Amino acid sequence: MPQSSTTWSDVKVERVIGRLLQTGLMLAASVVLAGGICYLFRHGASRTDYRVFRGEPSELRSVAGILHGIAARRCRDLIQLGLVLLIATPVARVAFSVFAFAKERDYTYVAITLVVLAILIYSLAGGPSAGLR
Amino acid sequence: MNILEFTALVYLISAVAGFLGALTGLGGGVVITPALILLLGVDIRYAIGATLVSVIATSSGAAAAYVREGFSNIRIGMFLEIATTIGAVLGAALASKTPTAVLAVIFGFVLLYSAYQSTRPQPEVLSDGRSDRMAAFLRMDSSYPTPQGPERYRVHRVKAGFSLMFGAGMLSGLLGIGSGALKVIAMDQVMRIPFKVSTTTSNFMIGVTAAASAGVYLSRGYIDPGLAMPVMLGVITGSIIGARQLAEARTHRLRLIFGLVVAALALEMIYSGFTGRI
Repeated sequence: MPQSSTTWSDVKVERVIGRLLQTGLMLAASVVLAGGICYLFRHGASRTDYRVFRGEPSELRSVAGILHGIAARRCRDLIQLGLVLLIATPVARVAFSVFAFAKERDYTYVAITLVVLAILIYSLAGGPSAGLR
Repeated sequence: MNILEFTALVYLISAVAGFLGALTGLGGGVVITPALILLLGVDIRYAIGATLVSVIATSSGAAAAYVREGFSNIRIGMFLEIATTIGAVLGAALASKTPTAVLAVIFGFVLLYSAYQSTRPQPEVLSDGRSDRMAAFLRMDSSYPTPQGPERYRVHRVKAGFSLMFGAGMLSGLLGIGSGALKVIAMDQVMRIPFKVSTTTSNFMIGVTAAASAGVYLSRGYIDPGLAMPVMLGVITGSIIGARQLAEARTHRLRLIFGLVVAALALEMIYSGFTGRI
């Protein structure tokens, strides 16, 4: 397909976004699978109960805590990292769109996309009343 | 049941849900949450957290394919995502303050509606040629591929669609679902975007909307790795197989059966909510 490498046509942007989503998904699924095998290997024979909600321990609630847990070789943290990668995939898509709209000089959409990105970052930082706990 | 058996069972349920969800276009999430709650006795908050994660997985997988085919409209999607993400963050924050019985009842009614929507034939609402000032300013009018070549379409009632999307995002954050059914109504019926464009754009938006609530869920401790792992992997497996089958399946009968299953789960959720068992 003849296409100059400098034109950021919608078609090309769509293709990059498609690949970005697929790569993010594959990466996240691989990490979750690795963590899952490790988790089942170590804890497969123990009992589990999800009947009563206790909430996850604080180490599993933030990226810093998860990385800390992986350093301590905990499998559950590795799964959680994969889940964070999965959550990050659409966020990366939005971040890329800012760049793509800027290349197209479509500044209305740069602004719109930045608003969406800001909301996502706010949510990942814990959202409303995160500081109250 | 030990962890290995429990994980295998959750994986199987999620794979079947992902398979049927891909075939019917309803998404797997609507079945997984009630199945986890009603069959395995999982607390609704853990179930919602795990399902939300799987919603992002299916959306990213499907969107990757659709975007490349040129059906989804990235501009419409991005603009409406302002509404869905704000709604999702509010919904997710509200979820932790809502009694679980109330969540179960709301979930049941949303399920009932999705079931009804999925069994109904989808009428194509045609554009009447009038232009919406806002749609023009936001350069939303576009075209999509058809067997007869690219077909142009116009976008209507942007403000009404935007408000509906706020509601869709709120439900998504509150219940951990994609609320694709509501998104499609906003785009298909209100903004009069061609059905193929609205379904694929809605799918594209679901991942971003779900990511907005996932951040809040994660920091509230709703996302359990041991539960989310088999749900996510199961849904991915199921939807990959489902997408391959799509062409040859007799989707109408399947939609009807799936709709009935979803309706039964919905009634059970509502009943459990009212009797205080959830």
